[in-house]
Amino acid sequence: MLKLLKDFNKKDWLIIIGALLLIVFQVWLDLKLPDYMSNITVLVQSEGSKMSEILTEGGYMILCAFGSLAAAMMVGYLTSFISATFSQKLRKQLFEKVQNFGMEEIKKFSTSSLITRTTNDITNIQMFIAMGLQMLIKAPITAVWAVFKILDKSWQWSAVTGAGVLVLIMMIVILMITVMPKFKLVQKLIDKINGLTRENLTGIRVVRAFNAEDYQEEKFDVKNKELTKTQMFNQRMMAFMSPVMYLIMNLLSLAIYFIGAYLIDQANMMDKVTLFGNMVVFSSYAMQVIMAFLMLAIIFIMYPRANVSAQRVIEVLETNESIKDGTFDKKTKKTGEIEFKNVSFRYPDADEYVLENISFKVNKGDTIAIIGSTGSGKSTIVNLLMRFYDITDGEILIDGVNIKDYKGEYLHNKLGYVPQKAVMFSGTVNYNVAYGDNGKKKSDKLIKEAVKVAQAEDFVLKMPNKYENDIAQGGTNISGGQKQRLSIARAIAKEPEIYIFDDSFSALDYKTDYVLRTELKKYTKDATSVIVAQRIGTIINADKIIVLDSGKMVGIGTHKELLKDCDVYKEIAYSQLSKEELENA
Amino acid sequence: MHNEKARPRRMGPGPGPSEKPKDLKKAVKSMVKYLDKYLPIIIVAFVLAALSSVLSIIGPNHLSDLTDVITDGIVTGIDFGKVKSIALFLLIIYLFSATFNYIQNFIMVTVSNNFAKDLRDKISVKINKLPLKYFDTHSYGDILSRVTNDVDTINQSMHQSLGTLVAAIALFIGSIIMMFVTNWILAITAILSSLIGFSFMFLILGKSQKYFDRRQVELGNLNGHIEEIYSSHNVVKAYNGNKDASNTFDKLNKNVFTCDRMSQFLSGLMQPIMQFIGNFGYVCVCVVGAILTMKGYISFGVIVAFIIYVRLFTSPLSQIAQGMTSLQSTAAASERVFEFIEEEEMEDESKLTKKLDPKKLKGNIEFKHVKFGYDSSKTIIKDFNCKVKPGEKIAIVGPTGAGKTTMVNLLMKFYNITDGDILIDGTSVKDLTRENIHDLFIMVLQDTWLFNGTIRENIKYNKADVSDEEIMDALKTVGVDHFVKSLSGGLDYKISDNESVSAGQKQLLTIARGMIKNAPFLILDEATSSVDTRTEELVQKAMDKLTEGRTSFIIAHRLSTIKNADLILVMNEGNIIEQGNHEELMKQNGFYAELYNSQFRK
Repeated sequence: MLKLLKDFNKKDWLIIIGALLLIVFQVWLDLKLPDYMSNITVLVQSEGSKMSEILTEGGYMILCAFGSLAAAMMVGYLTSFISATFSQKLRKQLFEKVQNFGMEEIKKFSTSSLITRTTNDITNIQMFIAMGLQMLIKAPITAVWAVFKILDKSWQWSAVTGAGVLVLIMMIVILMITVMPKFKLVQKLIDKINGLTRENLTGIRVVRAFNAEDYQEEKFDVKNKELTKTQMFNQRMMAFMSPVMYLIMNLLSLAIYFIGAYLIDQANMMDKVTLFGNMVVFSSYAMQVIMAFLMLAIIFIMYPRANVSAQRVIEVLETNESIKDGTFDKKTKKTGEIEFKNVSFRYPDADEYVLENISFKVNKGDTIAIIGSTGSGKSTIVNLLMRFYDITDGEILIDGVNIKDYKGEYLHNKLGYVPQKAVMFSGTVNYNVAYGDNGKKKSDKLIKEAVKVAQAEDFVLKMPNKYENDIAQGGTNISGGQKQRLSIARAIAKEPEIYIFDDSFSALDYKTDYVLRTELKKYTKDATSVIVAQRIGTIINADKIIVLDSGKMVGIGTHKELLKDCDVYKEIAYSQLSKEELENA
Repeated sequence: MHNEKARPRRMGPGPGPSEKPKDLKKAVKSMVKYLDKYLPIIIVAFVLAALSSVLSIIGPNHLSDLTDVITDGIVTGIDFGKVKSIALFLLIIYLFSATFNYIQNFIMVTVSNNFAKDLRDKISVKINKLPLKYFDTHSYGDILSRVTNDVDTINQSMHQSLGTLVAAIALFIGSIIMMFVTNWILAITAILSSLIGFSFMFLILGKSQKYFDRRQVELGNLNGHIEEIYSSHNVVKAYNGNKDASNTFDKLNKNVFTCDRMSQFLSGLMQPIMQFIGNFGYVCVCVVGAILTMKGYISFGVIVAFIIYVRLFTSPLSQIAQGMTSLQSTAAASERVFEFIEEEEMEDESKLTKKLDPKKLKGNIEFKHVKFGYDSSKTIIKDFNCKVKPGEKIAIVGPTGAGKTTMVNLLMKFYNITDGDILIDGTSVKDLTRENIHDLFIMVLQDTWLFNGTIRENIKYNKADVSDEEIMDALKTVGVDHFVKSLSGGLDYKISDNESVSAGQKQLLTIARGMIKNAPFLILDEATSSVDTRTEELVQKAMDKLTEGRTSFIIAHRLSTIKNADLILVMNEGNIIEQGNHEELMKQNGFYAELYNSQFRK
């Protein structure tokens, strides 16, 4: 947690020191108040005191209270500024960090975890700082100062107050010990309930087809009972908190008065009135002490949670990007050329290679296809080509330059990447197709053209606002096939040297798949294409087909060549098409 | 699945984001209706809360007596008998007050938890009673959020706010009464002096609420953006969208910052203002009290009592304000929960008495002039006729989004046909219960649905007395027996989310589940190529085995299935546009022929 505070700059520290001074001032005023109270009490008590004296003291007291209010307002203003600035900065820092991550780091943390770290965790830390910053400074100062003021008044009173604080702390400790572990259990059970409900929802057709409604409900009921029981226990325990707290406070003032009665009785005539004033004052100091300790206790309860969040944020911030940007950003002599030289790849922590010894060369304008069963490493080739990961051995050259030497932006400008899962951003159709920055301006004409080639014009024109129609986040308002076509249009609008389709056609039906590829070929005569595919039909006409089997290249050639002498290829092909269909192709 | 993210929970100090119910009166009414069996005990809790408040009001009065006894005794010597009896009385009152308070808390916790449990159960049961249509228009995230967040909100605020609210109101009214009973001049002083502060406070409260609401919206926007960019990381990178993303982020982050800061600042003011009101009231009471004491109207003890009254009187007000906002969001939450529970269910079928025995069924199905549309205004299947004889295979083909699952929905009676009839062995599906129809069909869908549980549980799903041998036989038939044996625990292996069971193996397991069920009809959704070649082969073999001897409807992707089918139904844009076998359809040279050729055309 403290590590994060390092990021406060000079101005922040000045503000914090300012807030600190104001808090000290506020505590001073707060503790001054009982003095005036006591003065007023004494004045009201004593015969013959003048009204004007009471008014003066009362005026001072109001002034004091008002000063405290003003100080508190300023402190609130400053701390809210600090905590909001802090979370704003931290969020930004984290966001930029994650943006620079390669796939390896993303995979290590998982996307959903990174999202919660950037959102919930930062909110947790912010909440702690917003409340904690004030309390953490104020509580100890108040406690120590108030104790100091109390101590010389009477040891009996002090002892009672001490006992009150002790009981309070003990209660909190006991509650925390019994309840804390169960809180975690509750969270787990809520997840289970959530899981069961989701299970029922996602499998709703199966559940009904098997008439298994009761079966599901029974499972739910078991967890539901467990959750209710655990939560009830927790809340029943926590219900002790407020009655006991009030009881302690009430009993404490009662005890102070009760002891006071004896003290006054035993005192000299002279001291009696002062002692009486002290008693009234003491009971209010005692409350301050109790409240201060309560605040401290709350901080101790809050801290672990905030700290867990802080650690999770720090973990991300301290992760180094594994991919270092190159510097090359000049024009290359050749264009549209890819070469893999003995490329091998394994994940950093893994022993086994995902890809081994892959070598091939693609010339400008060629179409190269990669096929193989799931897990054979097809998509990995694409990820390496995009430099989402760095290769373990070998070399990948694009246009004769090692991709590690390229400036990331520059490399990506050459490549038109269409992922397996189409990605849509919230924004218009136009925004989605023109997405990103390739150093050129994308004209409306170009976008329309791209949409047309990607076979998306039909449905785009059917939308109420056409190109200005909004696409919801994640593209939930259009179908999977439509998303994929827009995602292809995005690549076309980029006008890259090399197209990379990572299994981008399987969301399309055969017919659209075919038309789209034909149109694309016409439109991008000069561009090189890399196509990862599952369907033989998609790649049958490629200039070169690479066949992968568990990370090794087991064949390279045209469809006809491979059908003759590559067993793995044959196996894949026959599982999809009949013999005669393949031969006629 | 961004919509499954929990609705942001209220956090932090001060009033949280308050959601307003659409119809508060109705929400409260239905709340009372659902709570009816708990009402008596809730009333007991309320009475205890009020009693506990009353006791804490009596307290100061006696504390003031105690003070008077002491002041009186300063000169003459203190009457310790009196001191002791008052102290004892106070002690008892405090103890009773605390006990009542705890019992009230205990009751409310018990009630609210049981109530929450009821609601969760009701929702869970309800899910299975809703027509599938409902799920077309509502996201899972929405329903999940009702089961957890909304029910949790109701639970929390019921035991935290409701009791407190009653206690606070009792305290507020009680302390006003007590003040007036004790001394009306001081009472007016105390109320007037607090009133100034309170009007100020409510002004701020309203303002900060606005910022809290806005903060929630802005934070939602920011989180949405973060989610979008993180989950699209590869595309953002590949298209150099970083700058664009950062710019949007900065803009949204700035908005959050502004609201954050203001809402925090304003809500942070509450406590200092309360404190000031307390102190201000104190001085006013002391000054006025002093005047009255000097004139001999009141004793000093009255001032001491009033000092406490001022505190008692001011503290419930903010509690009431907070309780109200929290009740408002509870009403909004309960509105959503009740809305779901009261959603229209599938039609009642208890009148249907006809029953077909799956064991004696021949396996005929006839579609007669079937009309259907998901939307009553848009008929997609216009007039569909066809007769299927026992053991025949019907392939359903068409491009993606052509409505192939519509056939499944109609056969399984997930949806009711608009017009016409479907006859199973001559009996209209309208005369059969859904449950009975479901017993007649084996359904194996493409999205393999396995739940968190052992392999055994997943295979025998909802079927009692299935022996392990039968399960192993089924696993053997589909060819995963070796795989299952290789898992630790075999049939007892628990399937969970992060899995060593591949997609293809999952597919095989669902086929095995279908085999165990053993019904005369089969609905099969062939997997598109998402599995490796070898598993694919196994899946195909297993599927072929499953169709043996059954009247089968197959959503087909494989050409061999299509070609061997007795009847091919070609679908496009929801409707069945062509039917016949492969040769017939090729001769027609229509949509099917085009579809078929497009795959292999050069």
